[in-house]
Amino acid sequence: MSATVLGTPPAAAATRHRAAYRSAWLLLALLVVALAALASVAVGVAVVGWDDVVRGLSGDDATLGAAAVAKRVPRTVLALLVGGALGLSGAVMQGVTRNPLADPAILGITNGASLAVVSGIAFFGLASPTSYVWVAIGGAAATAVFVYAVGSMGRGGATPLKLALAGAATAAASSSLVSAVLLPRLDVMTQFRFWQVGGVGGAGWDRIGMMLPFLGVGTVVCLASARGLNSLALGDDVAAGLGEHVARTRLVAGVAAVVLCGAATATAGPIAFVGLMVPHACRLLVGVDHRWLLPASFVVGGGLLTLADVVGRVVARPEEVEVGIVTALIGAPVFVWIVRRTRVRAL
Amino acid sequence: MSATAITVAVGRRRRARRRTVIVGVLAALVVAAWFASLMVGHTFYGPSDVVQVVRGETVPGASFTVGDLRLPRASLAVLTGLAFGMGGVTFQTMLRNPLASPDVIGISTGASAAGLFAIVILGLSGLAVSAVAVVAAIAVALLIYVLAWKDGVVGSRLVLIGIGMAAMLHAVISWVLVQASEWDLQAAMRWFSGNLNNAGWDLVVPLLVVMAVVAPVLLAQGGRLDLLHLGDDTAAALGVPVERTRLLCIVTAVVLMACATAAAGPVAFVAFLAGPIAARLVGPGTPLLVPAALVGALLVLVGDQVGQWAFDNRYPVGVVTGALGAPYLVYLLIRSHRTGGAL
Repeated sequence: MSATVLGTPPAAAATRHRAAYRSAWLLLALLVVALAALASVAVGVAVVGWDDVVRGLSGDDATLGAAAVAKRVPRTVLALLVGGALGLSGAVMQGVTRNPLADPAILGITNGASLAVVSGIAFFGLASPTSYVWVAIGGAAATAVFVYAVGSMGRGGATPLKLALAGAATAAASSSLVSAVLLPRLDVMTQFRFWQVGGVGGAGWDRIGMMLPFLGVGTVVCLASARGLNSLALGDDVAAGLGEHVARTRLVAGVAAVVLCGAATATAGPIAFVGLMVPHACRLLVGVDHRWLLPASFVVGGGLLTLADVVGRVVARPEEVEVGIVTALIGAPVFVWIVRRTRVRAL
Repeated sequence: MSATAITVAVGRRRRARRRTVIVGVLAALVVAAWFASLMVGHTFYGPSDVVQVVRGETVPGASFTVGDLRLPRASLAVLTGLAFGMGGVTFQTMLRNPLASPDVIGISTGASAAGLFAIVILGLSGLAVSAVAVVAAIAVALLIYVLAWKDGVVGSRLVLIGIGMAAMLHAVISWVLVQASEWDLQAAMRWFSGNLNNAGWDLVVPLLVVMAVVAPVLLAQGGRLDLLHLGDDTAAALGVPVERTRLLCIVTAVVLMACATAAAGPVAFVAFLAGPIAARLVGPGTPLLVPAALVGALLVLVGDQVGQWAFDNRYPVGVVTGALGAPYLVYLLIRSHRTGGAL
């Protein structure tokens, strides 16, 4: 009897080895996220000591430092959740469209959500953030369907270039409609610009509670569609041959991704590039298997947004730079790098 | 001469004649719209008054209203329209896609971000804003060009990198708007949506000078630009120095776009609309620079009048062209993808 039959088959051993390797990366990512969260409650405009951090976290806000820490806790939680939602939704969008450049902001989806929110504030008198969520998700969904439909027309289906162009053009159109709505209404403009810039500052538990149901449903559906996305990655024909309902998988995962990014956009404003960068970084760490990639994108996305928020608080003291600006400045070079690596066909 | 050759020659002559007629009609329309916008307003002045004012004679009342208010405004509309139209069609032809207009690929965004920064953060106004916007737009365009360079520039990579830059610059714009005080905000937003309210000779004359210098350079490249539209390899085989032509076209088009943006703000979608409309009018395969410029001028002139008088609220011209542009964009997206991206 040969050794291969008695011992573990090499393929299984390799799989287990890879699983160990991936788990290690995921644990490391979780550790980094925990450190980022700690930094996020400890660092800010008000300088506090460690005893204040401990006191603030245990719910005692007797001293000024501890009160500042207690104020930073919901903000940190919101950054973790929004970042996770954006990272996950970016990973799913890239899987659904089989497109390395898919990102809620590049595809113009956040602009669609902006337009919906502005129209809601201006024409329907929306004032409560709860109503923003529904309107933003509706706007995001409509834009996503539109951009994907337009980008996949013609020869070659939804190529990265056609999708990106359709997204950028749609974004340009909706932002010019936004200014048409805003210009005669100074009050709406004042309300809107703070939402538009993309930030997690001033977060309270009510804002978090409001996005939580959407986030929960979206995350569960996205994670559940990992296997389907793995099949889609092989191409539509092979996926169908493997017994996958291609259109259904795409629809369910796409809707869940749109719900996630719509909820994140409604709570924190349009934040660009997180959904683009995070899945690419995670693919380098845990590989292309969506069962690993999706949870990793959630974790890393949350960590990235939290860190970006900390950076934004530190760089311009005593002013704060909103997290949307920080991610855009980090994200654009990454985008350029991805574009330069990807082989793009001539137009 | 064979029958085919004769057919081709006849067809070519017929298309050339058609093009000349349409360009002539467009030019006449621009002049007519310009003249009409001098006459129409809160008070109406007859053609004879307007002609007298334009010739420099003093007419009581009309001298101020027409000469100092309407004449610079209408002239600025024509100049910015010409500049946007030429700049837009240059990029669309060069990158072989009607969607790849400077509005979409970050060139206009660079100029707007810099202009807003100059207005809100640096507290500048007038010519200084223009200077900052022009310098920044050229810098952004060159940066996009350099980043897209990898054994030469592929049009599609340039477009993608431009879109990425535009997304980043939008974040900068949002940040600047948050920094603005309530008082600055309205002014900044008005400039940002593109309007001609600040029109005066101090804006018109510098723009005119720049256009007189730059536009002929771009027009001289027109023939080569049309060959670039056939694709880099074909153009190179036909003897076009591809990279040099492309760089020259980019720089001249960006200077035109940026100067116009600095004077009137980013008037939405004029650069995007002018080329495809002109292509529709003069037919495929003919040089588009001149007709597109004329269409651009017409769009800005008419859009400004519509924004001024058609609604109970006065809207800047950019809002009108933006609202016009959005549905047309949808139509164009659908059509161009179906036909494979022809202008």
